[in-house]
Amino acid sequence: MADIELTELSTVYPNGVRAVDELDLSIVDGEFFALLGPSGCGKTTLLRTIAGLEQATSGSVRIGDADVTRVEPGRRGVAMVFQDYALFPHMTVAQNIAYPLRVRRESKQAQREAAESTAAGLGLAGLLERRPGQLSGGQQQRVALARAVAMEASVLLLDEPLSNLDARLRLEARTFLKRLQRELGLTTVFVTHDQAEALALADRIAVMSDGKIRQLGTPKEVFQRPADTFVANFIGSTPMNLLTGSVSDGAVEVAGARLVPPDGLDLAEGTPVVAGIRPEYLRPAAVGITGTVSIVENLGVTSLVTLECADDTLVGLTVAEHEEPAIGTTLTANPDPGRLLLYHGETRELLGAAAVVG
Amino acid sequence: MTPRQVLRRTVYIVFIAVVLAFFAVPLLWLASAPFDSDPGLGLRWPDWTLDNWRITFEHPYALGSLLNSIVLCAVATIVTTALGTLAAYALSRVRIPGRDALLYLLLLLSSVVTGTAAMVPIFVMMFQLGLINSQYATGLVIAGGMLPAAIFILKDFIDSVPRSYEESARVFGASPTQVLLHVVLPIARPGIATILVWAFVQAWGNFLLPFLLLRDVEAQPAAVLLRTLRDEGGSANLTVIPVFSLLYAIPVVALYLFVSKRYGFRFHGGIKA
Repeated sequence: MADIELTELSTVYPNGVRAVDELDLSIVDGEFFALLGPSGCGKTTLLRTIAGLEQATSGSVRIGDADVTRVEPGRRGVAMVFQDYALFPHMTVAQNIAYPLRVRRESKQAQREAAESTAAGLGLAGLLERRPGQLSGGQQQRVALARAVAMEASVLLLDEPLSNLDARLRLEARTFLKRLQRELGLTTVFVTHDQAEALALADRIAVMSDGKIRQLGTPKEVFQRPADTFVANFIGSTPMNLLTGSVSDGAVEVAGARLVPPDGLDLAEGTPVVAGIRPEYLRPAAVGITGTVSIVENLGVTSLVTLECADDTLVGLTVAEHEEPAIGTTLTANPDPGRLLLYHGETRELLGAAAVVG
Repeated sequence: MTPRQVLRRTVYIVFIAVVLAFFAVPLLWLASAPFDSDPGLGLRWPDWTLDNWRITFEHPYALGSLLNSIVLCAVATIVTTALGTLAAYALSRVRIPGRDALLYLLLLLSSVVTGTAAMVPIFVMMFQLGLINSQYATGLVIAGGMLPAAIFILKDFIDSVPRSYEESARVFGASPTQVLLHVVLPIARPGIATILVWAFVQAWGNFLLPFLLLRDVEAQPAAVLLRTLRDEGGSANLTVIPVFSLLYAIPVVALYLFVSKRYGFRFHGGIKA
């Protein structure tokens, strides 16, 4: 078991791209940790730097009690599952799973036993003699996991573990992965560009962009109180409403509604602000943001309603089934208490929660 | 069938028959002449005998030359395959500026290096090194000529081994040697097998270099000796040549069958069995 401590870590590619930029991060022992961000944000490079497949340009990586910044990948005590699983096509499932033991030159019998017990734990018992090419995508993924587990490392790294599975299988694999991580209690770091995956799996999430961490927190914190508009925009399966406005008379006017800034926040007249509110946190009410219903999208249990407000801004809100308003009708929506967030228009950082006064 | 179709069909079949005969006659000659009491250059039902074989085995140089060929080709093939694989692996994995230009240049020069253009310098060099009449040295020169093409082809095979396979092995603690032995070589095996057979066939049929560098008739390989198989009158020795030709053909066919069975490379079709 091990915690991971990254200190001022930078990984710069030969072409000058700072994929990881002076990043500090500590991951606790046994934690299920997600690195989340759009493609090119440096999350995979960060994972590979922890694994040792990329050399850190500066800063340090500590796993457990050892500084492993300059240590070979195989001696760091990390196991990794690659995005393409990287199963060896010329070996059987059993040989693949036992490969970490073969590298350590353990006996054939020990290899076989490890393969059998690990495979049984991951529901692969009947497949030991098959080749990876004869397995389905979900089975291949479990073989890759089994191989990583068989290594008995203290840290497990997963690079986009679910991205090669089709949508249906992805949900099953997600539950499976979470259960496996709980059972093994391994410190697990995984990379994903899918915010829903990160929210569902992780104990904590680091949202990254441009090689830096934009926000670090539990899925709840990241979802409910995004630290800036980038995170606000990135997290959530329906996009967050981000409404621009400016301060006048100590209040903020957006989409035809007046908002009071949080207590103790003294904003200068004319300060540009962005009001952020998730569609899920808006409810039809007597006072609030008023607009004409222009589009209704069915999401299953809920529907996403788009309101066209006074100054042509579009505001989305979700309504429960059977409560869809008719197109063209007027609807007023009010955010749940504490769920309307105010961001600074220039720094894009969170100022605090606001409330609608009508 | 209309008369026109009949005509077309007939012409087609006759054409195929002629092509078939063109290739079949020499093979049938190779199968029958060694066992004929009076082998000629024509094809006929043999008057069965094994005398030709006895005479060939008693020939002072025939069997020796086949042995020389095997030594020569073994050296050339092993050197080409081993060095070619390692070089191709390095060139596939390490980014160096001008890598592709280097490969193309090597490929271009290889035909010059061991070709007729470099005959004299190679001979002088080998002479001064005292390596004339050495099968090992001649094998190395042949290997040198084949290496660029071998590297070029093998690099393509190794490029197709995903890098994540190697990285995965490295994360599990494999040393560079283990990565090569456990992962890269087994996956590139069909390519290596192809190069192995290709190199052997090239070296086995090579005439010019052994002819130049192996001056002593006792050191000459089969491809060179074949040319000197004449009777006292100076005409082709048709007692020895058929048997010798048959013996000369066997190793190539045997190697192909062995490698094909063992490593599963295929020259035919694109369909996987």
